Amino acid sequence: MARGHHDIGGLPGAGKIDQTEHELSDWEILADAVNQALGANGIKRTDEMRRAREEMDSAAYRDMTYYERWIASIESILIEKKILTKEEIDRKLAEFESKWGEP
Amino acid sequence: MGRAVKLPASKFKAGDRVRVKFEDRPGHIRTPWYIRGKTGWIERVHGDFLNPESLAFGGDGLPKRTLYLVAFNQSDVWGKAVGSKDKVLVDIYEHWLSPAV
Repeated sequence: MARGHHDIGGLPGAGKIDQTEHELSDWEILADAVNQALGANGIKRTDEMRRAREEMDSAAYRDMTYYERWIASIESILIEKKILTKEEIDRKLAEFESKWGEP
Repeated sequence: MGRAVKLPASKFKAGDRVRVKFEDRPGHIRTPWYIRGKTGWIERVHGDFLNPESLAFGGDGLPKRTLYLVAFNQSDVWGKAVGSKDKVLVDIYEHWLSPAV
């Protein structure tokens, strides 16, 4: 088991932590709301979400922003728990894209 | 009066020297890589918490594990070249700690 893509503190290539303040986009606030709602309803635990992000494809993990990783982990946990299927998520996504255009 | 709740005694107390185990195994590990194998001291006993290594896979998190705030000298973590007198503070569960001198 190599050192995980999430566990890079102190590595020369890790770079400095970006501590600048930045505004959150609406979708990021929504991602947080969905995450909290799932927790409040006992559907997932924080530790499961963290584990899902640790298990992600490393290249994909590095490419994603913070809340993109949140969404990806919510998706994989909901599929793992058989609450949603990949097909249902993809279908809904296609629906949104035909309505509002691709992101 | 109810029966007194007996809490399991924590293995370490504030000031005890401890060494972080160097384990490399799959799973959801809360002990960061950079602190594994390093020696520091107990700064504070946080209390007993459900085990995240179990919760991460849908487990019940039992038995609870004692969580400590562990302090390290910067130089003991990053090397002697670091002149800072700041400490590195990390939350570490009891099963990741061994007694040290």
